[in-house]
Order: sequence, then C-alpha cells, then structure tokens
Amino acid sequence: MSTQITETETETETESTHQKRRLAEKHARADMRERAKADLSEAEESVKIKVFRYDPEVEGKKDPRFDTFRVPFTKGMTILDALIYARDHFDSSLTFRHSCRQAICGSDALFVNGRQRLGCKTQMSDLEWPVRIEPLPHAEVVKDLVVDMEHFYDQMESVEPFFQTNEIPSGELEEQRQTRENREKVKMSTRCIWCAACMSSCNIAAGDNEYLGPAAINKAYRFAMDEREGEEMKEHRLNIIEQEHGVWRCQTQFSCTVVCPKDIPLTEHIQELKREAVKSNLKFW
Amino acid sequence: MSQSYDRGLIEDFGRWTEFSAGMWAWIFHKFTGWVLIGYLFTHIAVLSTATVDGATYTQTLQGLESLLVVRFLEVGLLAVAVFHILNGVRLLFVDLGIGLESQDKAFYAALIVSAAITVASIPTFLMGAF
Repeated sequence: MSTQITETETETETESTHQKRRLAEKHARADMRERAKADLSEAEESVKIKVFRYDPEVEGKKDPRFDTFRVPFTKGMTILDALIYARDHFDSSLTFRHSCRQAICGSDALFVNGRQRLGCKTQMSDLEWPVRIEPLPHAEVVKDLVVDMEHFYDQMESVEPFFQTNEIPSGELEEQRQTRENREKVKMSTRCIWCAACMSSCNIAAGDNEYLGPAAINKAYRFAMDEREGEEMKEHRLNIIEQEHGVWRCQTQFSCTVVCPKDIPLTEHIQELKREAVKSNLKFW
Repeated sequence: MSQSYDRGLIEDFGRWTEFSAGMWAWIFHKFTGWVLIGYLFTHIAVLSTATVDGATYTQTLQGLESLLVVRFLEVGLLAVAVFHILNGVRLLFVDLGIGLESQDKAFYAALIVSAAITVASIPTFLMGAF
C-alpha cells in the first residue's frame, strides 16, 4: 500500500513539473510568435516560403502537403536562415537537417524552386519569390525535408572512399608526397561534401538503384587518379567503376554538374573514367 | 533510390519546365533517335515493295510525293536527322572530354543550326506541293 501511495505522489509531482515545463514552453512559443509579429511589422520586406510537409507517424499529417510561412527578409538571408526562422517562430515541428551553415557539412541539400541546392549556400535574394522548398527528389522522405541517406552512403562506401596503396615508401618516417600537377588534377574531386544533390538530380540513378551515381564515381576518380596509390590499386579501382552499373550508366545529362554546390565537374570526371576504363581494356594484338 | 509513396509533381517528368540544357539534349537525342529508327524500318518496308522494276519504283515515289502529308513529313525527317547529327557531334566531344564547360551552348547551337537548315529546306521540299 505504502509503495502505491509513494508512486501516486511521485506521479503527481512529475506531472506538475511536466505541466510547468509545458506551460513555460507554451509561453515561450507565444513570445516567439509575438516577436515574429514585431519582426514582420518592422522588416521592410518579408518573403513567403512554401515548405513541403509530411509526417508518416502523425495522424492528419500523413498526406504530403505544403505549408506557407511568411518570414521577415534580412540582407544576406539564406534558405536555411528562413527555415530556421520559421521553425523557431512558427512551427517547432518543422524538420530539416542542418549543421555547419557554411556549405561544408553537406546536411542541407534541398529541392528549392525546382533545383537541388544547398540551403545554407543559396541566397534568398537570388531566387524567385515565393520560394518553394521540398526534400530531395528520388529519395525516401522520412519527415518533412529529411530524406533517407542510407542508399547514398552505401553507394559511396562501395567505391572504397579512402586512400590505400601497396607502394609504401621504404623509410619508416618517409612522407608519401604528391606532385603539384597530380594534386591539381584531383583538386576539384576532393571538394565533395556528400550532400547527395547530384545523386538526387540524376535521372539514371533514379531508375537504377545499383548505379553508383555521380558522387561515388567522383570519389572513385579522386583516388583512381591519385598517383600515390600505384598502378595495382588503380587497376583495382577501375575494376569497381567499370562494372555494369558503374560509369557506363552515365548518359551525360549534366544534371549533376549543374546542381553540384561545390562546382565539381562531375560529368567530366565520369567521362574521364570511362576513357580510362576503355584504355585499360582495349588491347590491339 | 526507391520511393515510399507518390510525390506527384516533384518527381521527374512533372518537372519538365525545370530541366537543364543537358537534360533537354538527352531527351531530344533519344526522341530523334527513335524517330530515325522508325523511319528506317518504314523506308525499307516501303521501298522493298517498289523495287520490282523501274516503272513501279517511279510510280510509288510519284504517288508518295503527290501526298501533301509526305512533303511535311520530309521536312520533319530532315529536322530530326540534322539535330541528331549535330547533337551526336556534341556528344562525341563530351565523350572525348573536350569543351565540357560549353556543352549547354553546344546544345543551343545544335538547336539553332537545325532550325535554320530546316527552314531553308522548306522551299525545296514543298515546291509544287500546293
């Protein structure tokens, strides 16, 4: 009996603290909305964003739909800034990935006004208003703007995206140096931030789950072209990329090159690997 | 990548207004390619029935050429063939890795040149058709 009484007591106690916390949060949200109202009346301009919403776990939100938010425009505002403002002031359930906010982490690739763009790198002023923000096409939506990246990571890993060589220098502490020319050659390909914008834009990858996709092939290029890995390793890398669902699936639509936020010439790299694959296989005898 | 549900207009061909130059080049290349294959088979089928003797051949061709729709189809065939050739040259350069940064301009050039050649051919194809 006594235990039961204690339980109820604790329950009421926790409930009341929960209640307090909830009330505090509710007030904070109301404050935020008030502040947003003030911001909006103060701001010279406001921008409307239409955001894709979908939540398979909540009844009534299972149907994909668009929510419109009016956000005060500030100079230098990015898509991500607008989304953060909308989430903090209007709807805390609005879900999207972001981390570094400087186009390095590759978390916030979104489909903005009909094109894959990096939210933190895209200026609001460069776009046509109202701005339509959707999750990356050709990927499973987990919630709102968040897509499942598992498949993309699988493809990236399948090309062994790390430096490996059989030709280690003889001296114990000897450096493994790269020529300046070789560094220049792979320079652009090293810029990839794994944001999956290219993969999402690729029509072939959409229809062929096994296709490596632009990002993975670019990663393969970065190491296949690295002279320090040696001939033997290059052959191994070419074996991976010249398979049926490797480089040959690319039909040079240039969609990936157009959308890449780091300006990597993806199609050019894929084409060069195609030529390398031909060269390593063509024998005149 | 797989899809869990239909996202309607977000996916692919619902977005055709947002396609880039390279994508349009690809679509037109496929389309013109299929048209040319279709033409090739028709061409063989029709002409093989006409190669009996000289008179039949002349009669078949004159019969075809007297149809207005055939004259228009010939203009269309030229347009399709010219674009396919020019874009094929563009793709050759893409495969060789030459001038990939101006591939979109090459596509627009292919379109303009195809249009110009097609327009210039109209008098020849439609002469005496009306």
